[in-house]
Amino acid sequence: MVAQSQRLSPPPFQRWWQTYGPQVLPPLIGIAAFLALWQGVSSSGLTRLPAPSTLFTDEDTRTLLLNPFFDKGGLDKGLFWQTLASLTRVAKGYLAAAVVGISLGILVGVNRIINRALDPIFQFLRMIAPLAWVPITLIALPNVQMAATFVIFITSVWPILINTTVGVQQIPQDYKNVALVLQISPRKYFFKILLPAALPYIFTGLRIAIGLAWLAIIAAEIVMSGVVGIGFFIWDAYQQNYVSEVILAVIYIGAVGLILDRLVAWVQRLIVPEQ
Amino acid sequence: MQTLTPVTPETTVAPTDALTFTDVTKRFGSLVVLDGVNLRIKSGEFICIIGHSGCGKSTLLNLAGGFIQPSSGEVRLRDKIITKPGPDRMVVFQNYSLLPWLTVFENVFLAVDAVYPRKRLPEKRAMVREYLNLVGLGEAMEKKPPQISGGMKQRVAIARALAIQPQVLLLDEPFGALDAITKEELQEELLTIWNRSKATVLMITHDIDEALFLADRLVMMTNGPAATIGEILTIPFDRPRNRERILEDPRYYDLRNQALSFLYERFAHRE
Repeated sequence: MVAQSQRLSPPPFQRWWQTYGPQVLPPLIGIAAFLALWQGVSSSGLTRLPAPSTLFTDEDTRTLLLNPFFDKGGLDKGLFWQTLASLTRVAKGYLAAAVVGISLGILVGVNRIINRALDPIFQFLRMIAPLAWVPITLIALPNVQMAATFVIFITSVWPILINTTVGVQQIPQDYKNVALVLQISPRKYFFKILLPAALPYIFTGLRIAIGLAWLAIIAAEIVMSGVVGIGFFIWDAYQQNYVSEVILAVIYIGAVGLILDRLVAWVQRLIVPEQ
Repeated sequence: MQTLTPVTPETTVAPTDALTFTDVTKRFGSLVVLDGVNLRIKSGEFICIIGHSGCGKSTLLNLAGGFIQPSSGEVRLRDKIITKPGPDRMVVFQNYSLLPWLTVFENVFLAVDAVYPRKRLPEKRAMVREYLNLVGLGEAMEKKPPQISGGMKQRVAIARALAIQPQVLLLDEPFGALDAITKEELQEELLTIWNRSKATVLMITHDIDEALFLADRLVMMTNGPAATIGEILTIPFDRPRNRERILEDPRYYDLRNQALSFLYERFAHRE
């Protein structure tokens, strides 16, 4: 294909290659070497881990790989639907975490007494690992779906909250003095000074949180069996010893995590003012 | 030519007084920063304050700004005791204090809009443009502060301060961070727009020459702690002032020597 496009339109491709080649080539070589090493180790019999080529050679896995959109009801769905179910859960929990984390973070950042009252609780709660919340949420909440969403929420709220608080607390005294002298209304202070000043910090929190949320959903679904989702899919495949399916799902998870992170970074670039 | 003003406590405020410090003492905990400051600033006067670091110059300015309250004594704007900051005493801060996410225009507009909420939008925009043009920033209105030089930033801060037409302008070493040439340019621009606005100015500086060029009176502070006003020089040069003519005036060196001897002999900094 490369040769063909070169023959059809050599100048554009050559130009592209000259500009991006040095950036594209090293990662490609890196990935190829990694896959080759894995293939070698697997075929040498040192480990039970199947080689990457099994994604294509194993029939069931190949079906899953090529048909991500099938839906046979129940838990028997294509990987697209599995991933989408997990993403929906992440979206709900993450959105709730963003709303609660940003508003609570601003409140705590502005008011020193509230900060003193709540900070010990926050510091304590944020140390609890996502998986440790699973039993509590399963007891406290009526169903598995809500419990999974709550685990996402509770995992991703802390970085958002803490970064927002710091963002509000670090607003330079100079800006506050300007607002004081000009007697700027609270509403205007909020939108023109507080929010823009804290925005870079808020986004740092949001970016850390999206990664954590995605990590947590996989863990949560593995524990909360019986839901459609990529995490439970992995667990199910492992239980049935479909190891190459596990590998396929892991690739999905990594790719989705990467996309999520880039997505938040992109929104950040759109919104956060350049300084 | 120059006066050694004996500072006496004042109880009444004359109608021409814009800013009055009466027996002002300021303590932070057990540290007495200012002790018994008395100063009467007439409306439209340009006052420079000079003194070694730690002499409470900034404290004096913050008292006038209303950011802090005196421990005893009082500070009045005309006949009103100052209790909090307000746009009638606008401040030009040492480090410009522009909002980096707003354009130059928006920075000034924020101030005009906050102080004159009832004016119509075209009128407010015209005010912003007028003052930015006055400081020669007509071309840079849509730039953001990180894109412009320190001198330009300080111009924006001055335009912002004067656009809201304050009674008193408080400047905290506004040109301290600028190079010599920019500094002189800005001093001249400041005089030009001050002359239009007729605001009363209270400005902190480290620079004797700057003070002699700008001020009507130069207030020299004794060393802290418990600093007070040591001496006030009246600077008699005619306005509008011309730097070269001032430099040729023999009184200039006389005043300069007095200020130098005050700062480096009588109140030399004890380290």
